[in-house]
Amino acid sequence: MVAASARLLVAALSVAILGGMGGSIAAAAESADPPKVMVKDFMFMPMSLTVKAGSTVTWVNMDDEPHTVVSNTQMFRSGALDTKETFSFKFTEPGTYHFTCSIHPRMVGTIVVQ
Amino acid sequence: MSDDQSLLSRRKALKCMAFGGAGTLFALSGGVFTPIDLAMAASDKQSAAKLGKPLFVQISDTHIGFNKEANPDVAGSLTQTIDIVNGMYDQPALIIHTGDITHLSKPAEFDLAQQLFSRLRTTEMHTVPGEHDTSDAAVTEYFSRFGKASDNKGYYSFDHAGVHFIGLINVLQFKPGGLGTLGADQLDWVATDLKHRSSSTPIVVFAHMPLWTIYEPWGWGTGDSEQLMSQLRRFGSVTVLNGHIHQIVQKVEGNMTFHTARSTSYPQPVAGVGSGPGPLKVPADQLASMLGITSVSVVKHPSALTLNDTALA
Repeated sequence: MVAASARLLVAALSVAILGGMGGSIAAAAESADPPKVMVKDFMFMPMSLTVKAGSTVTWVNMDDEPHTVVSNTQMFRSGALDTKETFSFKFTEPGTYHFTCSIHPRMVGTIVVQ
Repeated sequence: MSDDQSLLSRRKALKCMAFGGAGTLFALSGGVFTPIDLAMAASDKQSAAKLGKPLFVQISDTHIGFNKEANPDVAGSLTQTIDIVNGMYDQPALIIHTGDITHLSKPAEFDLAQQLFSRLRTTEMHTVPGEHDTSDAAVTEYFSRFGKASDNKGYYSFDHAGVHFIGLINVLQFKPGGLGTLGADQLDWVATDLKHRSSSTPIVVFAHMPLWTIYEPWGWGTGDSEQLMSQLRRFGSVTVLNGHIHQIVQKVEGNMTFHTARSTSYPQPVAGVGSGPGPLKVPADQLASMLGITSVSVVKHPSALTLNDTALA
């Protein structure tokens, strides 16, 4: 279980890192694995994720504590996600989208859509 | 740090923990808490008489719907809590619930909570929502059930037994990365609400998240609470009651006494211990001692409020 989520995290991090370096490599990474944000230990991981326009991002709550995913501009808002529940949102327009957990507002994250 | 210093701080810490233990009475006189040994009032008529008439009982963080290891039976713990309140020698006039009635804001959780609350012999209950009560995508479940008192705004006031009560909401306007927020509209309303009140009126303010900063990295505080406190300082007796952190923390500042209540559902770690303020797993035989209620009594005069924390075991 720990190994699996660590692998997911590594995959997600590579998307973020590669995304900053070049669109083509990022696209290759995305097609291998749909973009995910893990919610674990009161953090969004990765904190910043870069995806192509038209991508659907999925958040997965791995904590025993519920979390929400709420856009700072009210563009999207999940209900409370219990352990292992997910929330997905499709980003159609390029831009930078900040979000937070309304239950634990110190938890913040960003989706960059290219 | 020398050994002497660490011994001193450890002793101090143990002393503080003892104050938070079951059955300690806090008498509030002129804004100063005095801890007094308590022979539990529920079963003892003489002690009950000394405590005065219970004005209200504070219940907090019932988290109906939570079912994880830290407490798989939160409905059972709430039932136990209700039995303790119903068993009090003198029934309190009011119940105040300081939020997180439910865990996930689900209709079935609210329904079960209301069904359990209906067993309370004291039927007058005043609530404020916690962030767990407003986490449904549409933020309607809490207000459709408990919004009437505040006209769906979440803040309101009322008077009882010469005490002015103010219920506030600080879980809706979070600043990302920050603390809870009251907001300009609510603060303006408080100013109007207090404007013509005599400074000798005892004030009880209740809200879910602490109205003073206990631990900022975990959001245990309210960003604009100072604008509230500046309006309350002229009053001779102010009691500020909160929940949210599932443990007792207290502070006295001038005539203002701040107190957070235990949860009836599950304990949380002390500030800064672990990755975040999630459910704390403790051995089953210790759980009940970490859950509980706060009762507040009037001793002789309404300005002398007494706070009494009772654990479930």
